[in-house]
Amino acid sequence: MIGHPERAATFAADEARAHWHDRALWFVRVKRDRQASSVPEWEQLRETAAAIKAHTLSRLAEYLEEFEYNAQSHGIVVHWACDGNEHNRIVYEILHQRRVTRVVKSKSMLTEECGLNPYLEKRGIEVVDTDLGERIVQFRHEPPSHIVLPAIHLKKEDIGDLFHEKLGTPVGLADPSKLVEAARQHLRQKFLLAQAGITGVNFAVAETGTVVVCTNEGNCGMGTSLPPIHIACMGIEKAIPRSKDLAVFIRLLARSATGQPITTYTSHFRGPIAGGELHVVIVDNGRSEILAKEKFRRSLTCIRCGACMNTCPVFRRSGGHSYGSTTPGPIGSLLAPLRDMQTHRSVPFACSLCGSCSDVCPVKVDLHNELYAIRQDIAARGLLPLHKRLAMTIMARVMAHPSAYALAGNFIRGALRRLPRGFLYGPWNPWGRQRELPAAPKRSFRELMKERR
Amino acid sequence: MRVGLFIPCYVDQFYPHVGLATLHVLRNLDLNVEFPSAQTCCGQPMANSGCVKDAHLLAEHFLDVFGGFDHVVAPSGSCVSMVRNHYEQWFSQDWRYQHLRENTFEFCEYLTDIVGIKKVGGEFNSCIGLHQSCHGLRELRLARSSEIIGSDFNKAKGLLSQLRGITLKELARPDECCGFGGTFAVNEEVVSCLMGRDRIADHENAGVEIIVGFDMSCLMHLEGLIKRAGKSLRVMHVAELLESARLS
Repeated sequence: MIGHPERAATFAADEARAHWHDRALWFVRVKRDRQASSVPEWEQLRETAAAIKAHTLSRLAEYLEEFEYNAQSHGIVVHWACDGNEHNRIVYEILHQRRVTRVVKSKSMLTEECGLNPYLEKRGIEVVDTDLGERIVQFRHEPPSHIVLPAIHLKKEDIGDLFHEKLGTPVGLADPSKLVEAARQHLRQKFLLAQAGITGVNFAVAETGTVVVCTNEGNCGMGTSLPPIHIACMGIEKAIPRSKDLAVFIRLLARSATGQPITTYTSHFRGPIAGGELHVVIVDNGRSEILAKEKFRRSLTCIRCGACMNTCPVFRRSGGHSYGSTTPGPIGSLLAPLRDMQTHRSVPFACSLCGSCSDVCPVKVDLHNELYAIRQDIAARGLLPLHKRLAMTIMARVMAHPSAYALAGNFIRGALRRLPRGFLYGPWNPWGRQRELPAAPKRSFRELMKERR
Repeated sequence: MRVGLFIPCYVDQFYPHVGLATLHVLRNLDLNVEFPSAQTCCGQPMANSGCVKDAHLLAEHFLDVFGGFDHVVAPSGSCVSMVRNHYEQWFSQDWRYQHLRENTFEFCEYLTDIVGIKKVGGEFNSCIGLHQSCHGLRELRLARSSEIIGSDFNKAKGLLSQLRGITLKELARPDECCGFGGTFAVNEEVVSCLMGRDRIADHENAGVEIIVGFDMSCLMHLEGLIKRAGKSLRVMHVAELLESARLS
């Protein structure tokens, strides 16, 4: 099976590019540190955010119904979808009934998760992603590699080549401001012609029935104010109780995500524009099942800031596509196998358990400990490679007996000293491909202690 | 009072001098240190691989060996974290474990918090870089990790910086993972080695001669890469630097 190690090796084979990717994301992590440090009560904010989320999850159904009630009271149409398919069907029906064939979309990881674009395209509806990074990966027919920075795996030269092909920019043009200008002109046409706009949702405030979308590029505002129909798609975990809770998350979100004090736009949608419609589609798609698993429940509190990806030393050197799911990185390594363990069994091991993600997470998801825990579930389901399972069982059996362990230790050290290098560093030994084995001393510590007595 | 010396299996087998250095530092403080020779492995490799039954077997053994000690001290943050943070799932009802969890310490934290070492007299003439192994850093909180916003503290640095002649170099990334990660080092060999080489480069750029750490496992990985590249950089455990120092 091709898993994370193989895909990561492909990415890292171009070491210069892997280093460039690492430095680009580390730069964002440093910006995050600077912004977080500017808030003296940062750790208290994280605590508060985690508490609000935990509380909300404990009464999720109530808050969602409160949200629905309040949203309906100011003209929002609320739909419920139990899975991705139902979500796609609802969105399609809204569009189809109104004879919509051109849609603009601002960034939504949920619609990526549900596969909305191909679903609509197959039915004759043009969907244009209007977030610049999203548009770039859409042009390339590939999924985003990062939830906040969808095209972070590409260099400006790659984008120059792509825009030359798709938008007719001059050959070799790689000046970011000129490329952005070309994209703006292109997207402007799409905005003007669009009949409906689809957005994601960052927060759904139960108390007011408001959906809040945080963006940087203004594309959300364009896509929801030009066309008369706005469809906002959200997972059930986006609910928060009160407006004042929103303040806590707004202070954390952009600082954690990109090291900005706040996103350029924080759009609050309280109802449809004059003469228009506003639909909110609330999607479960496996979230209730995660909610029922006490060990992994906190992964649902994620606010999709992407800080765990920026800080993850593995993500930075293996690229988002190596994870093989919509949400990559530490949080994705939990969410993907929670949904489909068989397919995503390798990603929880794409982690050195360094814990940086847990410390950087603005809502204190205990990411690395949940990744540690989910490995047990993977093993229990019999999804570990046989050689690994056997090796661990044999090691444990030997280690359970001090004399067997001492004997095995002596044997291995002896072998390391005596066997020819060609054998020790044979293809069977992945440790030795790029690393020397430790020098094997004549006596172990326990032997030295015995001699002293 | 009896102090049990917990020497992780790979230190026992490959770095016996680090075990000796730890023992000497503790004995020089007139502590009643014993090395129970029935000890083997804490079970972390199995636990990190998800092999619960195998890990549990070794955790049981660990508890039998160390259950009777007042304090347990190890020259490894990672193995101590295994005992302190991950044994709970098997022994939440076992009073022996409740005692062990509160009384199993990593070497630097034991010296700083339990023995209460304030002064380190001694000499070490070298430019060193501190490698802050992740489990000691983020699971035992031996120092403030760079992600956490708050006041600075660093137990290993607090001890080492007092040595005469020592220069602690500042790194561009003070606490990034080296990529060892136990079975990760083999399972994700490519990324692991890339991470390790990046750490080494950071130390080299800072002018470090010796990478000093509180976990030989990470240092074994870094040493393996250093040797393969034929670099002059060396690795040492904190205990080796403190072996001939006067602690009070």
